[in-house]
Amino acid sequence: MSSRERSSRERILGRVRRALADVPREEAPYERAVERDYLREHGTRTVAETVELLAENLADYRAVVHRCDEDGLPSVIAGLLRERGAASVAVPPGLEEAWLADTDVTRVPDRAEDTAAALDRVDSVVTACAVAVAETGTIVLDGSPDQGRRRITLVPDHHICVVRVPEQVVASVPQALERLDPLRPSTWISGPSATSDIELDRVEGVHGPRTLEVVLVDGAAASR
Amino acid sequence: MSGTFVGMPAFPEAAREAVRDTTLRGNLRHATHTIRAKRAKAVAEVEDWAELREAGKRIKDHTLRHLDRYLEQVEAAVTAAGGVVHWAADAEEANRIVTDLVKATGESEVVKVKSMATQEIGLNEALEAAGVRAYETDLAELIVQLGKDRPSHILVPAIHRNRGEIREIFTREMSEWGRPAPEGLTDTPAELAEAARLHLREKFLRAKVGVSGANFVVAETGTLVVVESEGNGRMCLTLPETLISVVGIEKIVPTWRDLEVFLQTLPRSSTAERMNPYTSTWTGTTDGDGPRVFHLVLLDNGRTDTLADEVGRQALRCIRCSACLNVCPVYERAGGHAYGSVYPGPIGAILSPQLRGTDSEIDASLPYASSLCGACYEVCPVAIDIPEVLVHLRERVVQGGPATRAGNRVVLRPAKGHAAERAAMRAAQWAFTRPGVLRAGQRMASRTRRFHPRTLPGPGRAWSAGRDLPRVPAEPFRDWWQRTRGGKDGAAE
Repeated sequence: MSSRERSSRERILGRVRRALADVPREEAPYERAVERDYLREHGTRTVAETVELLAENLADYRAVVHRCDEDGLPSVIAGLLRERGAASVAVPPGLEEAWLADTDVTRVPDRAEDTAAALDRVDSVVTACAVAVAETGTIVLDGSPDQGRRRITLVPDHHICVVRVPEQVVASVPQALERLDPLRPSTWISGPSATSDIELDRVEGVHGPRTLEVVLVDGAAASR
Repeated sequence: MSGTFVGMPAFPEAAREAVRDTTLRGNLRHATHTIRAKRAKAVAEVEDWAELREAGKRIKDHTLRHLDRYLEQVEAAVTAAGGVVHWAADAEEANRIVTDLVKATGESEVVKVKSMATQEIGLNEALEAAGVRAYETDLAELIVQLGKDRPSHILVPAIHRNRGEIREIFTREMSEWGRPAPEGLTDTPAELAEAARLHLREKFLRAKVGVSGANFVVAETGTLVVVESEGNGRMCLTLPETLISVVGIEKIVPTWRDLEVFLQTLPRSSTAERMNPYTSTWTGTTDGDGPRVFHLVLLDNGRTDTLADEVGRQALRCIRCSACLNVCPVYERAGGHAYGSVYPGPIGAILSPQLRGTDSEIDASLPYASSLCGACYEVCPVAIDIPEVLVHLRERVVQGGPATRAGNRVVLRPAKGHAAERAAMRAAQWAFTRPGVLRAGQRMASRTRRFHPRTLPGPGRAWSAGRDLPRVPAEPFRDWWQRTRGGKDGAAE
């Protein structure tokens, strides 16, 4: 910070303090200033119903939803890559080996030294996720080893995201935030890339992956 | 480059032009009505909307009332997470800081995420003057930039353009800026989106510097949040080596948990979605993932002046959702350009005159750019009482009085052009406090009613140009009351 900027810092803070001269010193602290009368989740559902709602809301925003069990996952992923005609797939460093056991599509490891242009030539990407939100149909990535760098789920046009159900599914946004570490970079994804910029109507497919496939895999916890 | 707002005519003149443009009227009507119905549906889905709205209001109010503390907390947290914090008292200083930072990287182009703060300070123009080209990457911003146009909506700056016009702009202009539009481009929205994807991809892939704003800054952790749809935000936030975020000081929320309110209310209020396609959060820099250098520029530019006004400061709660624009009958007819600011619509009518002061003709006229119907207040997800602030600002324009400009307390002089209004109000006050005078005046008005003009002469002409003068009754109410004892005599006539 230059000395000029330092003086701007003091100037702005001084202006703020003068502007707030009317605010009493003993005003309620943050904990008491905000009443949180809103709901932690909307409605009551069984675990299975919450997973069902996730599937519905994902599909409502044009994500393609698949369901299988742990044993069937490798063949589902292989099938999706085959249908897509993918020649290459980006793979985060911590992705479970078994998930790609049934496919011989060229694997492109997620490496810091590769350029974005190189990634642009990769057809698909397979990742896990950190948490999924049923009420909004959202999957959240937090850069963990099984999800990789943020760019690998951005530049390729086809994203396959595996959600372990029910343990990775929460009902609501408040519950999702509780599970996330704010110090990790997070990406919340609700359907494929879209825009409302032409006549305020939603159209899918701009800069992010235009095809988002979400595989809800059952019983992942039991088999581990 | 996009046009400038300097020297804009007052709202009534600009609006008169706009309402004659039938294409514009049609485009705006179509877009605002589409989104209105959708928003109502998205909001009705959550039964605790009123509670979320109240919590959002309280979080923002609390933060604003202790803003000095939270600003220091943001600075400490962002610095601890590997970011560099800068402070900009006004637009000029913010532009200088960003320009110097870009120059220091040796780059001559930047990719930009849609950001109201950088629009407000005219960053693109400042960068251009320094030989740096700024590429807007949001679809609507791209349409505005390619069309050498001005933004007319907070969320969808090209809302005044229909698909046919967008096709025409893309076909004509894209080749000037990079990859031309595809041959035989039609006006289907999907094809237009595809054209933008192809045009911008090469820019994303080679960009070394990204510039953004932020929807929220979390004080306790130093986390920034960008809420978007297209993925252009993710591109700008993760691919470049250097990221510069310009953020108004009112964007702070105290805790990570507070996002649970706004991530529910913002998407529903803006694009009428349960959730927008992409939300990115980042805290400083992350080893091996995303930009290696992160700068946060904290921008004042009139915000502390706004904060000093006890009635007007609630405008700083705004989360830029644009729901108030979409429901406003005045905005729907006049369009965004008439407001002469990057902040149009009801929120613009209370924000622009506070951020910029009421000296210019356009800013002094903005508090009047409303019918005070209150639809804006009703849809506002942080419950800004826009009509209250409008009336407060009208009072300031007409009567003058104390205000804060660039951190200094000043006493504003009453605006010119309101002398007749002030005289009429003074006369009314005099008459209403003297029953005899009032009675005599009313009787005189009733007896002469055949000779009353349909429009007012002189300075009153502008007022009656858009309104019908009320007809004076044959008998003043108070005379009728006395004569009939309030109608009890049965002699109502």
